[in-house]
This record gives sequence, structure tokens and C-alpha cells, in this order.
Amino acid sequence: MVHGELWTIKEAFVYPNEYIYWSIQIVMYPFMTGLVAGAFVLSSLYHVFGFKQLREIARFSLVFSFALLPCAPLPLLLHLQQPLRNHHVLMTPHFSSAIAAFGIVFMTYGMIVASELWFVYRKHFVQRAADLRDNWQGGVEHVSYIIFNVLTLGAYDIGEESLHRDEKAVKYLAAAGIPVACFLHGYAGFIFGSVKANALWMTPLMPVIFICSAVVSGIALCILSFIVVSRLRITLNNWKIRHGVGTPAVSEMKDAELAIVTQTSRYLLIFLVLAISLELLDLIFRGYTAVKSWDILRSVIYEKDFVKIFILQYGLGNLVPFILLLMPRLTIRRAVAGTLLVLVGVFMMRWNVVIGGQAFSASFAGFMEYSLPIIPVSMETFREGLFGALFVVSMPYLLFLIFSRVMPVFDPGKVKNNL
Amino acid sequence: MMNRRQFCKKMFLVAGGVALPLAALELFDPKRLQAEKGGKGDTRWVFLIDTHKCVGCGFCVKACKIENEVPYDAKVSRTWVERYVVTKGGETLIDSPNAARDGFTSSRSDQNHNGLIDIKNEDIAKAFFVPKLCNQCDNPPCVQVCPVGATYQTADGVVLVDRSWCIGCGYCVMGCPYGVRFFHPVHHVAEKCNFCYHRITKGMSTACVDACPFGARRIGNLRDPKDPVTKIITTERVGVLKEEYGTKPQVFYLGLSMEVK
Repeated sequence: MVHGELWTIKEAFVYPNEYIYWSIQIVMYPFMTGLVAGAFVLSSLYHVFGFKQLREIARFSLVFSFALLPCAPLPLLLHLQQPLRNHHVLMTPHFSSAIAAFGIVFMTYGMIVASELWFVYRKHFVQRAADLRDNWQGGVEHVSYIIFNVLTLGAYDIGEESLHRDEKAVKYLAAAGIPVACFLHGYAGFIFGSVKANALWMTPLMPVIFICSAVVSGIALCILSFIVVSRLRITLNNWKIRHGVGTPAVSEMKDAELAIVTQTSRYLLIFLVLAISLELLDLIFRGYTAVKSWDILRSVIYEKDFVKIFILQYGLGNLVPFILLLMPRLTIRRAVAGTLLVLVGVFMMRWNVVIGGQAFSASFAGFMEYSLPIIPVSMETFREGLFGALFVVSMPYLLFLIFSRVMPVFDPGKVKNNL
Repeated sequence: MMNRRQFCKKMFLVAGGVALPLAALELFDPKRLQAEKGGKGDTRWVFLIDTHKCVGCGFCVKACKIENEVPYDAKVSRTWVERYVVTKGGETLIDSPNAARDGFTSSRSDQNHNGLIDIKNEDIAKAFFVPKLCNQCDNPPCVQVCPVGATYQTADGVVLVDRSWCIGCGYCVMGCPYGVRFFHPVHHVAEKCNFCYHRITKGMSTACVDACPFGARRIGNLRDPKDPVTKIITTERVGVLKEEYGTKPQVFYLGLSMEVK
């Protein structure tokens, strides 16, 4: 069977070689890079622009961004027909291609995030290493000692002056990271926007639309994950209070949590308005200019994909969470619902761009429908099916779990007492 | 003994050196540059299709699949034939069942998921066949978008794919406005018509040209003024497909109709 035949349903006239070649993993790719970029921008709002309200979530989103980072190229790898040749992109980059610089941009960004994390957590690494050395117990502790010792990179000075320099470095790196994060994701938009053969993709607005929706999805995921993690902490705290271990009162923790969520969701709303405005501008412009491709695009947008675009993306994914988050006296429950819906909306936006862009034939005389493979009966149906996508989504949480063992996302001083 | 500052400096130097691709040090090859810029070599392969002569027998598709080892039953093909039926009501029905490998054996138009559609003879205003193949564009978007340079244009204008280097990302498949590219079902890399490059460079004709019983397909050298194909292209009214994409296609059509997509 030809690649793509399994999940493509053709309608009317479609060129014989046309199939939906870019499927669920290519939907996942901009979705995941968007989350990476968004999470980083959120943490930078605190580090660079000094939005003090974001202090608690900044540390969290930086580590989360780092956990998401390796998962951004994962869908690409799963999508390649020759995954073992992925390194060719680095060995013989063909720079006229928008994809060629991916490895370079991605690694630059990765290095910035890694160095920023190191400066943020250096004090913690040094303290932990010293702690473990002083209270030597051997065994697993020995491994931890080696890990923390290596992580210090030999810089043990945690004097006031030295820490001040660290803070400065964090600020510079976070500032440098914002354009790179935007570039990383705007670049994903460029990959689509520059395909002149595709009438739906080709628009210079694509990179900007991608950046805005990336920040929206990144902030939403950070809020959501932050709520989940802090709920776990509260539950743990309850247990501790019942067992008579001295900890802060639950109501105090809940208040702090709500304040952070309320502040952060304001920033989410700003970017959401920006993203929707740009998307609507694109749509209006296409309808108004009505070039050759508009006939087929109109039938895709207003007929074939109407539910996916106007109900799921704009309605359920944008309008409803907009109202939910904008209404006064935000509650945690409403924030969870709102951010979940925002994530659904951004995912549907990626879907409608990637799959929607292939929903019509380049002949403009027929349509293609994508039926997502659910049950992984073969490697191909796993890679390009529901389970492949779920695998990609679950990876960052696994990594976050590991990373947060080394780099605690809540203030290390407090963590020692609380957890 | 090296201190940390010196060590960091040296490391940056080494990392910078390693990051510099060897390709950046390559000297300019004038021959290659000329080929990349369109050049003035003595060969530029072009194709001429006379749609008036095509009857939709599909021999070209058959011959191509066998010659180029594209699995016979796979639902992809390097070349195909489209049938256009325009009704008196102004509706256009296009089909290409199985890339027209077995020709058009039924008068009903195969509309894929929409089924077979029958059009009464008396309702037909005009009907014709259009063979399609790679346009070997002068400004090939597929070459531009390949991230690893696995697809490239030869000095004589043909776009080829290096099967040993293609990573199978599908960007070229997406970048082609003509839908000529697909993934080879056996090699799992990008695949397309290459004007039977292995034949034309040895003085033979392409498999499809040889198989066409009516002379609807012809291959020629645009840089040879005496070539009969060149004479037709330069002196008669020929058309190309989807000019608006700026790809500068090099497959020329005689008798192209406005319905052709």
C-alpha cells in the first residue's frame, strides 16, 4: 500500500499521486513547538520584564519548557519515511529549504534554555552537592551526589556577588531567548506559509499567527500544569497536616495559587486576542480578494471543515474560554476549563491548517478527507495514528517528572519544608 | 595548566570549528554554477504533448511503470492521463482511474468517493485527454524545499532524486503544484518522473514516448534549433500548466484547454 492511501479518502477529481502525506504528527509538530516557545516566553516575562506576579510560575514554566523541548522534533522523527537519516539535515543542510535550518535553530534555542536553567539552579546544585557530601550515606545518595556535583560544573562559589552575576546572566539569556523562541516557532509557520503550491498555507501572516497561538497555548498549558502540580502539593499538605507535620495552612496555599493563575490568565487573554485578530484578518482578506483558489478554499472552510473551524476552533476553543477567563472573580475550576479549551482551540487550529491544507486537491477539482488511524495494527498506523500522537503528548510529562527531581520547580527553600 | 576561562575560550573555538560545515569551504565550480543559473550548455531536455493526438489508451503509463519499476498495482504513477468531459451545461468532470494505467475502459467518469458518474453522449460539449508528467521546471520548487539537497537539477534541466540521501520528509511532495511526486512504495523515498534520464542520456527516447502509438508525446532538446520539438515550441502556439506559480515548467502542450487543471 502506498504511503497515505490508508487514511486518505478522495472525493471527485484528485491527482493520482495526491494523498494526505502530512498527517497527525505534522499537526503535533507545530503544537509541541508552540508549547515550548509559549512556556519560555511566559518565564521570560518574569526574568526580563520583571513581572513579579509571575515569579512562582516562571521557574515552573522554564523547566517545563525544557521538558517539552526534546519532544518538539519527536513528531518530525516519527513522520520521516527514513528516520535513521535524520542527521542528513545537519550534515548536508540545503539552506534554500525552510526545514534545513531547523536543527541549528532548535539547538541554539536548546542551549539558551539549558544555560538559563543552569544559572537559575546553580545555587541549588551547589547546596545539594554540599548537603550530600556533608551527610554522606552512600548508595543511591552517592549517585545523587555525583549528579549534582557534575551539574555544578565546578563553579562552587555561591557568594552574594557570584549569585548576583548569575541573576544577570539569567536576565540576558532570557532576553536572548525570546527572539529565538519566537524565531523557532515563527519558523514553523514559515515552513507552511512558504509553500506556494498550497493555497491555504501560503500567506506571510502564517509565521505571526503561529507565534501568537504558540504563546497562547504555552501559557495555557503552564497554567493548567501549574494547577495540577499545586493541587498535588495541597493534597500532600493535607495529609501532612493530618499526620501532624508542620506545614503552611491549606487556605494560604490556595489563595497564592489563585492569585498566580488570575495574573497569568490576563497575559493569556492578550495573546489570544492578537491570535484571533490575525486569523480573522487572514480569512477576511482571502474572501475579499477571492483569487483563483478561493472557490475551493471557501468550500473547505465554510462547508467541509465548518464544524472543525467555526465550532471547535473559534467557538469552543477561542470564544468560550475567552468569556470564561474574562469574567470577574476567576475560580480555579473555571481556569482549568478555560485553559483546557484554549489548548483544544490551538490544537484544532494546527489541525485545520495542516490537515485542512490538504483537504483539497492541487487541481482545485476535488477533496481529500483524513481518517485518523486509531488502532495501531502496524508501525505505520502507530507512528501516524492516535497512539503516536498520544506518545508525543505524554513524553514531556515523563521528562518533567525526571527534570523536576533535579530542578525543583517550587522555591527550593520552601520545598524542603513542604514536601 | 589551563584555567577555566582559557578552557571555555578554547572550547568555543573547537565548537565553532566543528559547526562549520565542510561544504562552506568548497570552491566554486563554474560548471555547477552555470547549471544552477540555467546556463548555456548544449542540452536542455523538454517535453511536448499534443493533446489532439492522445486517445487515453494508457500505454504510456504502463510502459513507465514497468520501465521505472514503480509497483504495477500501487496507486501512484510517475505519469498519468486525465480525461476531461465538459457538458453543455458548463460542468467539467475530470477523472484518471488508476492513473489511466489500463486506459479509459468505461464512459463513466470515476469521481472516487462520489462514485461513477454517467454523462449522456448528447450532453457532452467537448471531451479530451491530457497526459501529465513531471514538468522538470526551470525554477523547481521541489529542489528549493528539499532540506538535505537529495533532489537536484542536472545541467541539462532534469530534476532527479538521490534515493540514498532522501530522508522522506515529504516537503517536496507538498511543494509541487502539479502533484507529480509521491513516496515510492518499496524504497520509501520521494519519487517522480525523470524523463527516463537513464535512457535519454544514452541517446534513447523515454519509455512513454516509445510506447505512445499516436505520437502524442515527444521529447526534445530546447538548445538544439534543429530539433523538431524545439521548432514546434518556438514557432507554434504552445501552453504550459500552472504558469502562475512561477515554476517555469518545461513540458509544453499543444491544444491546451482552459479547463485543464
